[in-house]
Amino acid sequence: MTMIFGIPLQAFLGQLLIGLINGSFYALLSLGLAVIFGLLRVINFAHGAQYMLGAFAAMLLLQYFGINYWFALVLAPVIVGLFGALIERTLLSRLYKLDHLYGLLFTFGLALTIEGTFRYLYGAAGQPYSVPPALAGGTNLGFMFLPIYRGWVVVVSLIACIGTWLLIEKTKLGSYLRAATENPVLVQAFGVNVPMLLTLTYGLGAALAAFAGVLAAPVYQVSPLMGSNIIIVVFAVVVVGGMGSIMGAILTGYMLGIAEGLTKVFYPEASNIVIFVIMAIVLLIRPAGLFGRDA
Amino acid sequence: MKPLLQVSNLNAWYGESHVLHGVDMTVGEGETITILGRNGVGKTTTLRTIMGIIRERKGEIRFDGKDMLSVPLHRTAHVGLGFVPEERGIFSTLTVEENLMLPPVVADGGMSIREIYDLFPNLEERRSSPGTKLSGGEQQMLAIARILRTGVRLLVLDEPTEGLAPVIVQRIGEVLKKLKERGMTVLLVEQNFRFASRIADRFYLMDHGRMVADFPVAELPARMDKLHKVLGV
Repeated sequence: MTMIFGIPLQAFLGQLLIGLINGSFYALLSLGLAVIFGLLRVINFAHGAQYMLGAFAAMLLLQYFGINYWFALVLAPVIVGLFGALIERTLLSRLYKLDHLYGLLFTFGLALTIEGTFRYLYGAAGQPYSVPPALAGGTNLGFMFLPIYRGWVVVVSLIACIGTWLLIEKTKLGSYLRAATENPVLVQAFGVNVPMLLTLTYGLGAALAAFAGVLAAPVYQVSPLMGSNIIIVVFAVVVVGGMGSIMGAILTGYMLGIAEGLTKVFYPEASNIVIFVIMAIVLLIRPAGLFGRDA
Repeated sequence: MKPLLQVSNLNAWYGESHVLHGVDMTVGEGETITILGRNGVGKTTTLRTIMGIIRERKGEIRFDGKDMLSVPLHRTAHVGLGFVPEERGIFSTLTVEENLMLPPVVADGGMSIREIYDLFPNLEERRSSPGTKLSGGEQQMLAIARILRTGVRLLVLDEPTEGLAPVIVQRIGEVLKKLKERGMTVLLVEQNFRFASRIADRFYLMDHGRMVADFPVAELPARMDKLHKVLGV
């Protein structure tokens, strides 16, 4: 058997793939967090709950309406995005004039409420969501067995990340968004409806989280706590990447996912903490994060 | 002359502190008006209150007869007011061209991007650099240029020549003269007398949050001594 650094190649590549998949979710989630933080200056603690809502929306759409995975992949983010926009417009927007801490506390409370409600309704245990038939099975790459669905997750997450990046960096709407991140008052004085832009951004961030949730449903199980399990890691990713840096959030997501996967190969005991160790080191050396600009 | 902007008994506050104490002024259609005054008398606050950036305000602001106090900030530009702030407000994450294209066009009659580039060839050369990589003078040109695209009727400028080299100041003067020929109404705050006397039709002198004098440019030489004393320059 081929060995690499004293580890079987198959185990190495297998963990690399798991790292890439986890990294895809980290990237999608931290991207949304970074976009929301950049413009709204709100640390969105409800991001994990919105991710969970995406997975649940997919599952419930299937159970009650027979809507399959492919439609759910579009519909669930739209539903959760609209829900996010509604929350921003009616509740969160009232807090902008106060200290940023209130936004954090509000979204934290919102996350607990949503998760508590779903736990009450569906119990804490995970429920399965099957891989869509078209993506079932796997393929033998020669050096390893690749479940097709996992490959799909990596590819489609990458496309979603790049798409979001292009939207922000290359479009007119994105230029409003970037400008409003720097100086919202002036952008508003130019005649841009910034409050609407904030609502749209929060909705978009929530939709991205829900999209990640639908992708995650067949990989992990659909459970009320799936969001709070992953969100702590995602916050670490955002801190390492630098708050508010879009490309930084994407790259750091994949990097830390891979770092976590490889740690599982070389020193499994440390795999649960490696991301936080990296976070601590980055904070000590570069408090603004790897891609962040010094405030 | 038909008044385009009419301000009466305007009061404004920054939180607890009362900054404007009953400002009265009129800007006629096509006029260029300069507000003079020492630092801290409320010149910038007057402009920001007219724009609607400062919302704690009482009194009356009318633009072309329309009451502006009830207009939300993001509609101010659509009514016809364009703002060039003192700090210029060039966005570092946007390219020069993105900065230029940022303010939405609110009415016909604005300059085309071609006309703007002809007026400011430097900006065309550097269209894809980040906005804040430009020199101070170029940033000021960009800050003015991006408003010219929008078709607003009143250009509100806060100290456009501050910290700029004489040759750039002259260039900005030429641009403002050109705008005036096109019928643009301009309201500016300016410390640089020589510059202001070349472009302004009328002056307001401000002190302690209100207008204390109002005179046409022809009276400027006669008032020079007194102004120097009041302004401490």
